[in-house]
Amino acid sequence: MPTKPPKAPAPRTAEAAPEQGTLLHIDDLHLTIAGRGRAGEERTVHALDGVSLRLAPGEALGLVGESGSGKTMTALSVLGLLPPGARVTSGRILLEGTDLAAAPEPVLRGVRGNSVGVVFQDPLSSLNPTMTIGAQVAEPLLLHRGVGRAEAREKAEETLRMVGLPQPGERMRSYPHQLSGGMRQRVAIAMALVCEPRLLIADEPTTALDVTTQHQILELIGELRERLGMALVLVSHDLGVIARRVDRVAVMYGGKVAEQAPVRRLFTAPRHRYTRALFDALPERAAGTGRPLATIPGLPPTLVGTPAGCRFAPRCAHATEECRTQEPPRRTADEDAPDHTYACFHPAAADATEHAAEPATEHAAEPADAAPDADADGSEGPAASADAAGTGGPTGDVLLELDAVRKEYALRSGPFTRRRDRRPVSAVAGVSLTVRRGETFGIVGESGCGKSTLGRMAVGMEDPTGGAVRFDGQDVAGLDRAGLRAHRRRVQLMFQDSYASMDPRMRVGAILREPLVIQGIGDRAAQEERVRELLDEVGLPHGAVHRYPHEFSGGQRQRLGLARALALSPSLVVADEPVSALDVSVQAQILNLMRDLQREKGLSYLFISHDLAVVRYLADRVGVMYLGSLVETGPAAEVFARPLHPYTRGLLETADSAVVDEDAPREGSPLAGETPSAARPPSGCRFRTRCPLATELCATTPPEPSEPAAPGHQVSCHFPLVETARAG
Amino acid sequence: MTAEAASPTTGPTVPAPAGDDEPTATPSLARRTLAVFTGNRLALLGAGILVLLLAFCFLGPLLYHTDQVHTDLGAASLAPGSDGHPLGTTDLGYDMLGRLMHGGQTSLEVGLAAGLLATLFGTVYGAVAGYFGGWVDAVLMRITDAALAIPALFLLVVVAAMVTPSKPVLILVIASVAWLSPARLIRGEALALRSRDYVHAMRLMGGGGARAVFRHIVPNAVGTMIVNATFQIADAILYVAYLSFLGLSIPPPAADWGSMLSSGITYTQVGYWWLIFPPGLLIVLVVAAFNFIGDGLRDAFDVRLQKN
Repeated sequence: MPTKPPKAPAPRTAEAAPEQGTLLHIDDLHLTIAGRGRAGEERTVHALDGVSLRLAPGEALGLVGESGSGKTMTALSVLGLLPPGARVTSGRILLEGTDLAAAPEPVLRGVRGNSVGVVFQDPLSSLNPTMTIGAQVAEPLLLHRGVGRAEAREKAEETLRMVGLPQPGERMRSYPHQLSGGMRQRVAIAMALVCEPRLLIADEPTTALDVTTQHQILELIGELRERLGMALVLVSHDLGVIARRVDRVAVMYGGKVAEQAPVRRLFTAPRHRYTRALFDALPERAAGTGRPLATIPGLPPTLVGTPAGCRFAPRCAHATEECRTQEPPRRTADEDAPDHTYACFHPAAADATEHAAEPATEHAAEPADAAPDADADGSEGPAASADAAGTGGPTGDVLLELDAVRKEYALRSGPFTRRRDRRPVSAVAGVSLTVRRGETFGIVGESGCGKSTLGRMAVGMEDPTGGAVRFDGQDVAGLDRAGLRAHRRRVQLMFQDSYASMDPRMRVGAILREPLVIQGIGDRAAQEERVRELLDEVGLPHGAVHRYPHEFSGGQRQRLGLARALALSPSLVVADEPVSALDVSVQAQILNLMRDLQREKGLSYLFISHDLAVVRYLADRVGVMYLGSLVETGPAAEVFARPLHPYTRGLLETADSAVVDEDAPREGSPLAGETPSAARPPSGCRFRTRCPLATELCATTPPEPSEPAAPGHQVSCHFPLVETARAG
Repeated sequence: MTAEAASPTTGPTVPAPAGDDEPTATPSLARRTLAVFTGNRLALLGAGILVLLLAFCFLGPLLYHTDQVHTDLGAASLAPGSDGHPLGTTDLGYDMLGRLMHGGQTSLEVGLAAGLLATLFGTVYGAVAGYFGGWVDAVLMRITDAALAIPALFLLVVVAAMVTPSKPVLILVIASVAWLSPARLIRGEALALRSRDYVHAMRLMGGGGARAVFRHIVPNAVGTMIVNATFQIADAILYVAYLSFLGLSIPPPAADWGSMLSSGITYTQVGYWWLIFPPGLLIVLVVAAFNFIGDGLRDAFDVRLQKN
């Protein structure tokens, strides 16, 4: 499918400052959400507490923060799109001089989609499934501009072409479900832009998308912003997304702006302790170093009531009595940077080189120089440090062996229904890999690449349609009923969504005891003792047994999920995206816990994730999957530093890193296009349709795995990037 | 006997989350469900009506003694307020107030028993069909489809005409048509529940089908089940009334509200209103009460309303 190739990213820095003037001025905004507590009592959440922001015409502002920090609420308040119970209690929102906080509904209606465009996270739910694309994109024009239908259609088509939708004329008649996720988001952007707004608000616009699609969409937004000269508010929890695409960043915590600075300054010399701790918790910082991640203990505040002092104080390693009792005033970093402000009594040192050298928490980090940059340009840093990590690494025997496993999903025919002419979906097409005892094998790939299916086959939740799964040399498919039951003790699954994996009507005690009950291990007292042991291991209080899963936070539930997976003392845990739903600070806690428990118990992990940085941090060896096949495997450091497959390389170049290195501009071309359907995989090499190096050979012959560069580093490609890698 | 890799109680150095986990038990789900239920005024009203009606039918006769076996044609069709008969008498001379209590016992007993039996059977049937799927599901569900295609009233009339009605027969007959709708409802629920991660997790621990159905599927469908049971009971009480109205009730001197209504209809022309309105009103009241309770329970079992 031909798509508009994204232009090379233009570095946007604070120097490229827009003309003077203010487009949007949020002035001391306070917002409360009324709700009810457990006993039905009134409970007011102070979602925003004195937020002030200023945006010049044409400027791009990034709003970052963890969930509940108030970033989305800030963005939505501009449009008056607040949830029920939410109320602006004081402060002003001035858009070109008009106070939107006090404006009546008709005025707001005139602003939405007209002078302010919005793009939401989930393009599927923000598009109407019963309306054609063309009608939806034309709708704002009909509402705000009073143009005729023909003119609106024409303009809609033009806008769709501008956002890079292929064949916009034909696509106008399509419905949202007929488009891929990336294409839908393009349509949503077209809807936001069709009235040529002065300001675009993008609320987590790429969180639901894959790495490569995310890159394309963000490039598109950046490009359109420059072309149309509009201002942008980009809301994201992901520092990597923000890093290269805005002029200024505001970091939010607990309903307040903790720190605000030009993007480069913020990423190189953050002053607020929260900002710094957030950076230190990124897996990129510790990947390949063998060190544990720095974590931020505890949980974000609930914002019920107005606590005295700094909101971050309870989790801050540098907090003093002053922080807990007094509200830190907003300060300017230094004279030459008046636009860098923060609210912290004990800021981190301003010297950029000292960054990360300071211990953020009890997990002291070593000097920053060892922290590798995540751009895969093959510097010796990551490789060397990973070798150090490899000393404690696995040398054990093979525990799990997948031998050319395949999985095809035929659309099932029921006894009274027949489905014909449907091709089976080839989810996994002949994957072979081994996991050794005590090792972490990471599988990375985009959604739909078959990594979860592979995990389910490894754990025995689904049977492969071809090939064999061997555990300790024994074919799992050949096990009888009793053998399979015993096998269950050796492999367990850690779910992505631990909440969904626990029966909501059972207390935690019963949930953790269930595996022991099913396997008939011990009497009731022994089982309860084991449950307490498990809670100790994952760092939860014993009182948890009396509670229900919904009473725990996301990170705590993930701990419970891990505890249950360990209840039977398995030798292998398959972890399917165990941290993808968590905030950065909590994610670091879980990753460290998994790592600690692995060392202590000699566990093996099959770790599945779409997040390259997380896999790089945790995995000893990695496998990269694309459309059902494993394109490359090898030691993690080796694969990330010297990728041999064009897909791996593309993925690494596309991934947005929060580690900004302005001196090393990105090279190469990020992946264009989209993954083809698994129901109709391309012949030969499955990657050939998106591969810059593809030839006739790739279309006819599927490549065999080879080891062209280093032993143990396998690649399935006719033209592995051996020379390029060496040169780089 | 615990698992072999159990480590000493001092776990690894994990930064403990600063949660608010005081080691106290939180209220059970049942208690929270009750809290939401009692917050619903209409549901409380329904429960109140039901308690009053039960007391009226089962405790009333202990205080208000009447002869409901022997007819007394000398005192037939007395108007309300007559000496010793606050609600008058029937065409056969039974005291109307006493007869309402007496008849209410039949209506409520048959209604409750038939409704509960139908729900229980339907739940297990539906849960098995939904959880196992495939052929099991196809066969079980085609049976219910076929049964649903026959009009319930027609089926009831045929069955009731073949056997002499008695309380157990009425219960079985009504339950035999009423179980179809809970079966379909719970099957739908089970289809959704069986693909939940917690069911997958249980299977990965080595658990089997029986555990899945009785420990995870049925308990998680309990809300649907109980809500449906209240509507089933209301329906069953109406069925008893239909059947009695059509003359297919338990033979006299036993009575129920439906047959009382049916015999009263004959006297509409003459203006014996006290033979028609009291039983009719009680049927409406009891059905409404169960429906209010059902609505209240539906809200109470919605976990989203319990969360805080």
